[in-house]
Amino acid sequence: MTSKKRLLLINAVWWSVCAIIRATILLQQGITYTEAIADGIINFGLLGASCIFIINNMRYYLPKKEKYWYVLIVSVALSFVALFVSRVLVKLLFGSDAHYMKVFEDAIGIRFGISFLLVGCMALMGLLYYTQEDQQLMNERKNVTEKMAKEAELFKLRQQLQPHFLFNSLNSISALTGTQPEKARHMIQQLSDFLRGTLRKDEQQWSTLKEELEYLELYLEIEKVRFGHRLQTSIQCDDEALQMKLPSLLLQPVVENAIKFGLYDTVGEVCICISAKAINGMLNVTVQNPFDPETAQPLEGTGFGLASIQRRLFLLFARHGLLQTKTEDNFFITTITVPQLLS
Amino acid sequence: MKVVIIDDEPLARSMVKEYLAAYPDMQLAQECSDGFEGVKAIQQHQPGLIFLDIQMPKINGFEMLELIENPPSVIFTTAFEEFAIKAFETHAVDYLLKPFSKERFDKALQRFLQQKKGTPEQTQALLETVSSSPAQASRIVLKDGGKIKIIPVPNIQYLEAADDYVKIYTQEGAFLKKKTMQHFEDILQQHFVRIHRSYIVNTQLITRIDPYEKDGHLVLLSTGARLPVSKAGYGKLKEVLGI
Repeated sequence: MTSKKRLLLINAVWWSVCAIIRATILLQQGITYTEAIADGIINFGLLGASCIFIINNMRYYLPKKEKYWYVLIVSVALSFVALFVSRVLVKLLFGSDAHYMKVFEDAIGIRFGISFLLVGCMALMGLLYYTQEDQQLMNERKNVTEKMAKEAELFKLRQQLQPHFLFNSLNSISALTGTQPEKARHMIQQLSDFLRGTLRKDEQQWSTLKEELEYLELYLEIEKVRFGHRLQTSIQCDDEALQMKLPSLLLQPVVENAIKFGLYDTVGEVCICISAKAINGMLNVTVQNPFDPETAQPLEGTGFGLASIQRRLFLLFARHGLLQTKTEDNFFITTITVPQLLS
Repeated sequence: MKVVIIDDEPLARSMVKEYLAAYPDMQLAQECSDGFEGVKAIQQHQPGLIFLDIQMPKINGFEMLELIENPPSVIFTTAFEEFAIKAFETHAVDYLLKPFSKERFDKALQRFLQQKKGTPEQTQALLETVSSSPAQASRIVLKDGGKIKIIPVPNIQYLEAADDYVKIYTQEGAFLKKKTMQHFEDILQQHFVRIHRSYIVNTQLITRIDPYEKDGHLVLLSTGARLPVSKAGYGKLKEVLGI
């Protein structure tokens, strides 16, 4: 049954019950059967029609502000009209019965009050019903929008492509083509594989550490060609950690940040150390780079590169503190903890 | 003519070197992998032209140029530096976007040889613009004796005018930089207020403000320093501190 039909049925039952009660009361006051039943049908039939009118109206027009005033005014107006029309009808039908007409006229105030209360109640019910329906639709829309925004944000966070890296790599390739074409070709291959990796879409939200490290090595190889002997790297991880899962493309920006920090904040050789362990069933990855405490600014520690990783971890796990940074001597250490989802 | 190439990536330097080989009049005096080497090389060789990368370790290309008394003609080589490109255009300083072609390189050299672009005056004007841009204003690079000193802005306690120089006070002592107070007033925005014709203060260090003589005030810093505040300076200070 559609909700509209159900509403109509409730309406019909409700007013029939009212009509029967009214007729019973009138009978006790010495009114004939015909008159009592006719009175009940006319009165509550009209009120029922008014209610259907209001509720139908609300479907198309529901004031956002002052909707309670709207209900009040409409209820008063409709019960007044219903009473007036029923009085005219009753007069036409039973005008000759002085006793009935006296009972009718004496109780006209009470009749109006009852009509208003009943119509008001029904109208309020309708109002609540529609407001709730509206709310539900709005919530659904909100959920969908939020989900889309979250997905878009996650996508964007994964996709940030560093123009510096790209153009400088292309420049290195350009330089190699003259002197070492084989090496240039190799680097083009690596850069292509790396770029293809950044374009991976949703279907692969999670990767094993092993896959991520393979991807990371592509990146590190390219950076090593760019910076020559200045850049050294070391990767250490235990076998258990290698099989653990983490959000794909999560590590690369952290390492990128470490390289940027390490290479641009110091002169001379730089070693970026990556290590991974399984701790309490969670994957724990640390990335370490040297820095100069004298010139590095405290704010840079959680600068943009890392802030976006933090955001991504929070969106995925709804937990804070999965990314932590600390400084030890002249080293900056980033630690990422990735809970393992049960599958 | 002597040429110096300054770039932190060896392959980027070899690219310029390769293109430059077609110009027998241009003699490559030195290749440098960072700004520190760059400053030394320029002082030593007095080159007529330098090729300069912007993003480099410790100090960037602009900061390096600021350390040189009379900067030579420059052709910038950069991968991606949105804010700087506008400045290059405005001041007619040439720049090569990596990776660049031989044709583009030749064109830049032709323009330089005809002195159309990249004269020392144009370089100087470029530096003025760039050094006051917000992207450059997070630290101050200067020469202290023979050494290059990098001062992160939050480490500055206050600045004092000293003839053609500005004296920058930090925990490690005072350093001189050849700039105007107006320049620093422009670049130091958050937390810094010019309280006097001769003083700019880091408001985060202020512990007390006392009345002093008629119309004047004195600020006391947590470091123990006392600085005079002019009438106009007091107005600005009140506004910034919200009192």
